[in-house]
Amino acid sequence: MSEETSEIKLTVNGDLITKIVNVRQHLVDFLRLELGLTGSHLGCEHGICGACSVWVDGLVVRGCLMLAVQADGGDVTTIEGLTETGEIADLQKNFVDRNALQCGFCTPGMLMTLAELLRKSELSSREEIREHISGNYCRCTGYHAIVDAVETTISDRLGDS
Amino acid sequence: MLLNEYGEDGQILAGGQSLMPTLNMRLSNPQLLIDINHLHELNSITLDDNIVRIGALARHSELALSPIIDMYLPLIADAIPHVAHIAVRNRGTFGGSVALADPAAELPACVLALGGTVVLQSVKGIRKVKADDYFLGLYETERKPNELLIEVQIPVQDLTGLWAFVELSQRKGDYAIAGLAFIGTSEKQFIKTAKLVYFGSEIKPTLAKKTMAILINTRWDDNTRKLIAETLGRDLDPMTNLQGSAKMKLHLQKVLTNRAIDLALKREKPSR
Amino acid sequence: MANKTTPLTILDRPNSYIGRSLSREGAKRAVAGRGRYTDDISLPRMLHAAFVRSPYAHAKILAVNVDEARQQPEVTLVMTGTELQELCTGPWIGTLSSFEGMKSAPQYPMAIGRACWQGEPIVMVVASSRAAAEDAAEFVTIEYEQLPVVADKETALDPECPIIHPELGDNLAFRKVIDNGDVKQGLADADIVIEETFQFGRHTAVSLETRALLADYEPTDGHLTIYTSSQVPHMIQAVFARTLGVAEHKVRIIAPDIGGSFGLKIHTYGDEVATTAASIKLGRPVKFIADRLESFLTDIHARENRVWGRIGVSKEGEIKSLEIDVRSAAGAYSQFPRTSVFEANQILNITGGPYKHKNYKAKTEVVYLNKVPTSQYRAVGHPIGNSVGEALVDQAAEACGIDPLEMRRRNIMEDDQYPRVSAAGIKLQDMSHQQCLEALAKHMDYENLRVEQDKFRKKGIQRGIGIAAFIKGTAPGPAGYYGTGGAPIASQDACTIKLEPSGGVICMIGVTDQGQGVDTVMCQIAASVLGLRAESVRVIEGDTDAVPYGGGTYASRATAIGGEATYQASLLLRKEILSIAGTLLQAEPITLDIVDENVVNKSDNQIRISVSEIGRIGHFQVAELPNNIQPTLSVTYRYRLHDALYIFTNGIQGAYVEVDIDTGFIKLLNHWVVEDCGRVISPQLADEQVRGGCVQGIGGALYEECVYNEAAQLQNGTLADYLTPMAGEMPDINVYHIQTPTSVSELGAKGVGESGTGAAPAVLMNAVNDALRPFDACVTKQPMTPETVLASLGTV
Repeated sequence: MSEETSEIKLTVNGDLITKIVNVRQHLVDFLRLELGLTGSHLGCEHGICGACSVWVDGLVVRGCLMLAVQADGGDVTTIEGLTETGEIADLQKNFVDRNALQCGFCTPGMLMTLAELLRKSELSSREEIREHISGNYCRCTGYHAIVDAVETTISDRLGDS
Repeated sequence: MLLNEYGEDGQILAGGQSLMPTLNMRLSNPQLLIDINHLHELNSITLDDNIVRIGALARHSELALSPIIDMYLPLIADAIPHVAHIAVRNRGTFGGSVALADPAAELPACVLALGGTVVLQSVKGIRKVKADDYFLGLYETERKPNELLIEVQIPVQDLTGLWAFVELSQRKGDYAIAGLAFIGTSEKQFIKTAKLVYFGSEIKPTLAKKTMAILINTRWDDNTRKLIAETLGRDLDPMTNLQGSAKMKLHLQKVLTNRAIDLALKREKPSR
Repeated sequence: MANKTTPLTILDRPNSYIGRSLSREGAKRAVAGRGRYTDDISLPRMLHAAFVRSPYAHAKILAVNVDEARQQPEVTLVMTGTELQELCTGPWIGTLSSFEGMKSAPQYPMAIGRACWQGEPIVMVVASSRAAAEDAAEFVTIEYEQLPVVADKETALDPECPIIHPELGDNLAFRKVIDNGDVKQGLADADIVIEETFQFGRHTAVSLETRALLADYEPTDGHLTIYTSSQVPHMIQAVFARTLGVAEHKVRIIAPDIGGSFGLKIHTYGDEVATTAASIKLGRPVKFIADRLESFLTDIHARENRVWGRIGVSKEGEIKSLEIDVRSAAGAYSQFPRTSVFEANQILNITGGPYKHKNYKAKTEVVYLNKVPTSQYRAVGHPIGNSVGEALVDQAAEACGIDPLEMRRRNIMEDDQYPRVSAAGIKLQDMSHQQCLEALAKHMDYENLRVEQDKFRKKGIQRGIGIAAFIKGTAPGPAGYYGTGGAPIASQDACTIKLEPSGGVICMIGVTDQGQGVDTVMCQIAASVLGLRAESVRVIEGDTDAVPYGGGTYASRATAIGGEATYQASLLLRKEILSIAGTLLQAEPITLDIVDENVVNKSDNQIRISVSEIGRIGHFQVAELPNNIQPTLSVTYRYRLHDALYIFTNGIQGAYVEVDIDTGFIKLLNHWVVEDCGRVISPQLADEQVRGGCVQGIGGALYEECVYNEAAQLQNGTLADYLTPMAGEMPDINVYHIQTPTSVSELGAKGVGESGTGAAPAVLMNAVNDALRPFDACVTKQPMTPETVLASLGTV
């Protein structure tokens, strides 16, 4: 197994980072192990569960299905960074109020995915919300409460604007 | 060029949505991964003389948002929502899907149904392969290890014609148990021509030629339905796997054939 | 809210937090990405373990060569099963004396000489990173000789079948028969007799966070700290200490945030013991995080059962007799220390449990297979027992020409006839089947739903309505299985509650939180009793150095057992606070109350002294008190059930589905649950337990199955192939509660965490079969895949 390394420069949550990484390390291992950003989780490492969802260049992707070296020159946002911007503070509050999470392991990935839906600023049916998170596995909630929290957030946002 | 040097020991990494899991699970161990994501010239979607040219790196989500796809290739527009989930569509590429030729993937079936052409490049130059000649078997295509799939060219759809994309998967975004891309033409209630490409059940996207022959200049009625149900089994050779038996998959493909043609005929023309 | 049988208590007061939904502190951290799970913890000089596992279900290990692996870069330790054996005090034997006649072979944490299931660990590699450990593991070479495999539960007891552990004489783990009343007479009295055989696939829990453990042994003083994603810290303490010969009181178990557990994490796993042994041997922290592939192979499995059932009814629909015969599949060993026979035992306990019938005969044989061990997983046995019982009741109703809801009305236990003993011999009390049934009929608008179903049927759309009543064993008592049977598992639980000098309260509990909100519930109880604001109460759980000894969280016991301990501890602390206040104020404590952080006059609510002042005086100014008063301001209360086996709960579910007759696909349209978990502390948390539980049950009913081939090789050990329920297909779930507080505690809470899972498969199967009724088809196999449905229709 090759132990080649490569230097990458990227932006993570607004900070410019330069690191030498093992070329075979995937993005979430990099974020967790090298940067201590443990908010992104690993649930399967084969692209099904969605717990590792992060943004790369503003779009949600599976962090386990990308190599860290591929993020060279890119702009990565994790749940820690997104929380700091306040962009989804309302969604996060609604998740807490509605208890749209139990163990919380899926939650960061779920929120990263949902933020992309919220950016559309469109009314979404419960079915559309369910469809949007259909690639994010949650074993605890049964999804109902998550859909409630998203629905509330969208209707509050549309109501406010 | 690296592909030439490493041959089968080199792997092209495009969106990585299929390759990365095998690496993470230590199921594949290529000597060299060649990341093509920085080849930005490969991610465009353009219309050129009635041919839609889809760059290999066009992401599924870019296809979903493309006015060209929406306008000229509605079959693909209908297929895209069936491809996995938002985070995978944001990263997965059209070229990667066609290059890998997963038997349950949606887009290879569309390329075949739409009569597309796959453009391959190597150090020796560029060659074009018709979709009919491109899909050879289970994950097996005409692409040689030293070739890079750079583009797929697809003639614009006949918007006065028939089309439908249908598939069955137990959960949204799963690979299809059975699926069908249908393209055709009609006059009143007569089907003039039909192209049926089945996926999910077969080892590769499969044209059902005998069934297609039955549909030429045919009224879409109970008798035709019966005939195609009898014939389809001679076109298809479904795989038994975890998703179900060959027998069930053949049955589901028959059901889908009816549904696809019903759906296509019901659609008002021209639709877009 | 108060039930007619319960007098008003401190919990029913207007400022009480009981019956209110508070948000969880853990949720606030989780949404910000600030959860702290085991894998998020890193320690200095930490190493990582990876395992070489048996690729075969049954094979002799002829040679293990680790020389090359030891020479790989970054490798600190390579340990074989034999080397690990030397560090263990002895083998595990997964039996409990409470299961008479049960037998199991001795087992070590890693295989020695022979591997008995695919995935059994054989060699551990410890290196500076998981990647390096996995790299080195590829250099381990093991020579195997494959042995005959026992893969099929149906033939496991046949004379010609190979015996996995020859010293046991056969592949039988456990046999049990219940024969109550007179089934023969019942059958003779019946006008209609229905029999059917049901099949249930093998499941696994698939918590999103995999099993995780970080062991940190301090060689200078012999202290061992283990961070682990566990529901049962004290059990882990006892088992790991005893297995590895460490003084139990020097072992500290910390369960940080837990990413889902569902019973998966009440067990002990060989790879985790091996990881701990590595830390002891090296004197360095060693971490093991199961990856998803090894989770599928090595997490406990559950549910694989075949059940034959027969019901006899009068033509008026009265159940005259019920019989079941259960063939239950275990793995290669009985799981230590909780065993692999609970599932079968619970099926026997609860099948037909909601009904008045008297004649019941139930038999089970649990058999060993060359597969990963099975054990307790959310709602142990209930999905199976409920599916079988409720399907038979439905079939009987159809044969009698009686509506399924009416059928249940006629047979269900009356609310005013408790305590009573079920046909299975289970003592039942404080239940509300009749109220639940009527509430369900109302909430699902049953009559109109039938009309709607008919309308759709005429249009060729096949919709089905399902009903399933259930009982659920929660909060097992000491008279039951574990402690009595010899396992180091507490069925009692405790709370230590302290008033701090600041007036804040620290409440330490033996039960643990995995996101259900156990800590929030305890906070609500303590704050309500103590007259404090919720913000003034801090709950600590999941650390054996901090909390009183307890069983942890399993079998829906946290609120029922831990909640009562917290309630009683809080009452005692309240009494002391009022007693000190009385002394200081020269008032009779009985005339005082605590309201909103202050001691007040009961008579006029006038504030007399703040609780924080009591805290200050009690800790710093004790001289203000007479010499004969020494404030403790700290109380530990332990609570246990007395003679009850469980606190049984009851409820009923309804489902509305659409079946595509051409494709066999099932669409879930609506789902209702009316359940009785006694006093509801937090409605929102209780509802979400039910909802999540239902979806877990639905997963099992529709999708989930660990598929093995004849060589006992797992065929679908990835998340792409083992299908779990995702958001796109799940229905909204309507949850309602009837509250009949249990009379065994003052708090009155029963368990709620498993009721959804326990009955959802039953109600779905009934709904699907209701949709298929016009086609004379019946599904008797779970998961109900499209192929299963099409097969029942004769299409394929």
